[in-house]
Amino acid sequence: MVGMLGEGFITSLQIFFLTLLGALPLGLVVAFGRMSRFKPLSLLVQLYISIMRGTPLMLQLMVVYYLPYFGFGISMGDGYRFTATIFAFIINYAAYFAEIYRSGIQSMPHGQYEAAIVLGYSRPQTFFFIIFPQVVKRILPPMTNEVITLVKDTTLSFVLSVPEMFTQAKAIAAAQRAMTAFVVAGGFYYVFNLVVAFVMNRIEKKMDYYHE
Amino acid sequence: MNSASEKTTGASATGDALLSVRHLKKSFGENEVLKDISLEVAKGEVVAIIGPSGSGKSTLLRCATLLETFESGSLAYGKLIIAENNDKGEAVYASKAMQKQAKSTFGLVFQNFNLFPHRSVLHNITSAPMSVQKRGKEEVFAQARLLLARMGLSDKENMMPCELSGGQQQRVAIARALALNPEVLFFDEPTSALDPELTREVLGVIRSLAAEHMTMVIVTHEMFFARDVADRIIFMEGGVIVEEGPASDLITNPKQDRTRAFLADYTA
Ligand SMILES: Nc1ncnc2c1ncn2[C@@H]1O[C@H](COP(=O)(O)OP(=O)(O)O)[C@@H](O)[C@H]1O
Ligand SMILES: [Mg+2]
Repeated sequence: MVGMLGEGFITSLQIFFLTLLGALPLGLVVAFGRMSRFKPLSLLVQLYISIMRGTPLMLQLMVVYYLPYFGFGISMGDGYRFTATIFAFIINYAAYFAEIYRSGIQSMPHGQYEAAIVLGYSRPQTFFFIIFPQVVKRILPPMTNEVITLVKDTTLSFVLSVPEMFTQAKAIAAAQRAMTAFVVAGGFYYVFNLVVAFVMNRIEKKMDYYHE
Repeated sequence: MNSASEKTTGASATGDALLSVRHLKKSFGENEVLKDISLEVAKGEVVAIIGPSGSGKSTLLRCATLLETFESGSLAYGKLIIAENNDKGEAVYASKAMQKQAKSTFGLVFQNFNLFPHRSVLHNITSAPMSVQKRGKEEVFAQARLLLARMGLSDKENMMPCELSGGQQQRVAIARALALNPEVLFFDEPTSALDPELTREVLGVIRSLAAEHMTMVIVTHEMFFARDVADRIIFMEGGVIVEEGPASDLITNPKQDRTRAFLADYTA
């Protein structure tokens, strides 16, 4: 049983890390789109964000999975379950991250931009050398919340029968007619989140070398 | 010193001024904040700008340092023309590349310092010379340490801005501006956020720069400091230059009623 759950856990970890790997940078791009002075782009991105945040992630997983077939008549093969899962998670989490980035960027005092501009920094230099490092510190607390939610959200991929830990636990529980597997899986998730909280806390401490 | 300023006040739009602002007009929406300002600053000259709050002093510095764009008038640093009127009387700016070039000819010190809080004192000073001017690390660090020594902050190079007093932060900000080797340094009320003790430290540094003939334009409410340090004082009110003249004359013997009324409030 633990072996099967362990394999499932590896899949859960993959979903978790691949989502972060995709959604953290994509979220920044989305945030820029949202803040764009080009109104049509900003409105389009706003619509995207509100759909991602306003509809269930489970539904988004199903849409991403079934759309190629029911929408375009393309069958994607079995490997697509996992790809669809990662894709849905990334575009969903990028929307949440984008709003966090945006609030962080907009909370930066104007004087920081002005000091950089007068010193001759280009706009990208100003953003990446001066603004973004400070934004990271400001947004760590809400980011921690999202990352912890992500750990729990990975279970939603059971709707696409991706063999992550929760899917496995369900199968084991059904075969054994006992809920031991759920309890063990619950323990895995709990410990996983303790680790996440610990790591985020360490990062916060590391960023504590200055305050404003 | 005063003879130098008399020479420039009389000078017309020749190329020998380090900073030349002519007929500058700037509005925010309907609100015309600068109404035809002309100002020339010669090399080595120290000019103080005084005036009540809201008179457009900061806006003038921000236009000169390219933080704001103005609608009409011209701006030049030496031979580098940054903006000039077209035949319709609208200011047309030079290319971004030219503007970038101009940025290394001036520095600006803000009222609230605007140091980068996530960078150490030393890195606040060295980062722009390295990443903007692409100068070598060793030379930049050596210069930064010299500047810190001048500011009396040699023991603070590894501290974070938040660990320093306001007066120390402002001196770091001055060092940061000087590290780019500007030809002219602008100050926008550099001591307004400081209590009197710390104000003295910062004014001391500016005095020593004046003694070395650093070209400076200083917006300040410290009238006696302006009188002692500046060659020339400009009194602004309501977006116009009401009166200007040699520093001690303007403070002790103002010609305009408005100048007199303002000084009566500030020097009492
Ligand atoms: N960014 C801005 N937008 C709109 N109005 C502004 C802005 N900056 C300054 N002003 C207005 O311009 C006038 C002059 O302001 P300022 O240059 O800051 O004066 P001073 O520095 O002499 O106190 C004020 O009426 C102020 O409200
Ligand atoms: Mg001001």
